[in-house]
Amino acid sequence: MRRIISVLLENEAGALSRVVGLFAQRNYNIETLTVAPTEDETLSRLTLTTSASDTQVEQITKQLNKLIEVVKLVDLTEGEHIERELMLIKVKATGAQRAEVKRTSDIFRGQIVDVTHNAYTIQLVGTSDKLDAFLRAMSESVVLEVVRSGVSGVARGEKILAV
Amino acid sequence: MRCLQEEGVDYVFGYPGGAVLHIYDALFRQKRIQHILVRHEQAATHMADGYARGTGRPGVVLVTSGPGATNAITGIATAFMDSIPMVVISGQVQSHLIGTDSFQETDMIGISRPIVKHSFLVKNASEIPLIVKKAFYLATSGRPGPVVIDIPKDITSPTELFEYEYPEQLIMRSYSPAVKGHPGQIKKALTMLLEAERPMIYAGGGVIQGEGSSELIALTRLLGYPIVNTLMGLGAYPGTDPQFLGMLGMHGTYEANMAMHNCDVLIAVGARFDDRVTNTVAKFCPFAKIIHIDIDPASISKNVVVDVPIVGPVKNVLAEMLETAQARVAKRTKVQASRLAEWWTQIEAWRKLDSLHVTPAADGVTIKPQEAVKAVYKVSKGTAFVSSDVGQHQMFAALYYPFDEPRKWINSGGLGTMGFGLPAAMGVQMAFPDETVVCITGEGSIQMNIQELSTCAQYGLPVKIINLNNRSLGMVKQWQDMQYEGRYSHSYMDSLPDFKRLVEAYGHVGFQVKTLAELDDVLEAAFALKDKLVFVDILVDPDEHVYPMHVAPNGAMDDMWLKKGVRT
Repeated sequence: MRRIISVLLENEAGALSRVVGLFAQRNYNIETLTVAPTEDETLSRLTLTTSASDTQVEQITKQLNKLIEVVKLVDLTEGEHIERELMLIKVKATGAQRAEVKRTSDIFRGQIVDVTHNAYTIQLVGTSDKLDAFLRAMSESVVLEVVRSGVSGVARGEKILAV
Repeated sequence: MRCLQEEGVDYVFGYPGGAVLHIYDALFRQKRIQHILVRHEQAATHMADGYARGTGRPGVVLVTSGPGATNAITGIATAFMDSIPMVVISGQVQSHLIGTDSFQETDMIGISRPIVKHSFLVKNASEIPLIVKKAFYLATSGRPGPVVIDIPKDITSPTELFEYEYPEQLIMRSYSPAVKGHPGQIKKALTMLLEAERPMIYAGGGVIQGEGSSELIALTRLLGYPIVNTLMGLGAYPGTDPQFLGMLGMHGTYEANMAMHNCDVLIAVGARFDDRVTNTVAKFCPFAKIIHIDIDPASISKNVVVDVPIVGPVKNVLAEMLETAQARVAKRTKVQASRLAEWWTQIEAWRKLDSLHVTPAADGVTIKPQEAVKAVYKVSKGTAFVSSDVGQHQMFAALYYPFDEPRKWINSGGLGTMGFGLPAAMGVQMAFPDETVVCITGEGSIQMNIQELSTCAQYGLPVKIINLNNRSLGMVKQWQDMQYEGRYSHSYMDSLPDFKRLVEAYGHVGFQVKTLAELDDVLEAAFALKDKLVFVDILVDPDEHVYPMHVAPNGAMDDMWLKKGVRT
């Protein structure tokens, strides 16, 4: 089952490599990974998605918690949560395709953030499923490049992950 | 150096080199810490490890960058697998050279990352006191383990001055090991234990590392339940006590494995359900409800899902159990008492099989390796510190030298490092100069760190080395006998040194024993030489196997080979 694990990490050199190394060393997989400092500059927030059974995810969270630089973590998929991923997609936009690409982008509430004679760059934000659906919708067009940020997430309501 | 003194360090095991010359100079100009110069950095880590296992205090290692650091890796991994407190200080090239592939540069933090509890790269000299404080705290608290401090050379330069202040207290927001178990869980566990009809106590190395041996003994005796120890846990419960069924697992005794398989309530204390214990996990303890006490939450339900997990230090948890157990044991009904008696009757029937029985060689001359270990037990009155390497001799030592106290049995259980025995014994001898320290080894393992005979000469370490010489890599050969139809692919050594002359060349005393008749006398003579390192090369039966042995793959704990060709 797909899991979103969100981690508060000491913002120190080497901390990220310990997290990534743990996954490699224990044969867990990482599907997406994003990390950036938080409003408290001593902390980073790291979000990763992985596919794992209940027992595996229990081990993953325990092993992550064992890392000295991990301050706190939560498995967002355990409760109600909001997840978002950002995608930049560069598509060939010439002739009749130009209008069609724009229309599809509008339907998905994408924004065209860069334009040339031959190409559009579209920015799309949403759940991973929505991004996947958009890519399927664009299958008639010539996709030149796809860049995805990986998933970020936060719990719904007043529940927070903080020190 | 001053930081190490503040931590009460008495010995540092190491080897100098370019990147640590400033530190070595500081060592030279002080008196409180003694440095032990090894002949290979791997041995420095094993010595520090042996010191830590023997004393419970962290071992300290000092090595240079590059090859010094990489040579230390096997020893760090050994300590990591067995949760041994250790602080390793490795030199690093100067800060401005890091990343330039400079001379003797290696990414020590990267290389050691999967085998340390934590590691630090020092960026400023002023950070040293806090980092050293943290390193010792992390190495020794919670589930102990090795911590690496990588220090670039420029940072240790005497021109790098800063206002020295050693932190008294340490608060780390991201690290807070459990200090006591959950009272509700403890109560639940105790109830489950007292209601058991066929109870079993399974105690591991965590009891020794967590100093919980006396609480374990008290609780086991109060309950009157059978107990087994893992390879790492030997000595946690007295090996000669009637409630003790022996070691369990792949080479455990028949009664230990049978009782494990058939119990209805199992309490695991500071043990981690290793694959060498459980055999096929799906067939492990099929009738049992399981209680698990461990300091490390990640150890719980990792290999075997448990019914009552208790996260906490074994010492405190067992003490808390003891408090309430007393009154409740007294209220045990007659029915309960008779069920326990029935269980013991069954266990005694298993014990009667005498799975460790040794049949002497038919010729009356050849020495069986088990007989050699028994003779060592006799001559050392069962009270020596015994280190071992890895292989058949390790299992023979574990099975035929019962330990009555914790910290007496020093062996690499998790990683299974050949070459561990001698340096580990040296570390123990360093800490206990007046005690008898024995290294039971084989002709394969001893050659993996034999250069340390030179270190022993330098520091006058009177270790007694018992070499069970079967002229082959015995455990490999045993598996080749059992699983590869006796095709001895590279398990045979026909170019062995004359060990007696070799140790004499280092300035030590050597004996060789070839017949059973001379065994006891030679050992008496060897152990009488209190101040000398003595190497006893014992030629043993090369065809002996270690039994019992789990049937694998797909076997349960009660599937065992009892002797050649005889299965349960």
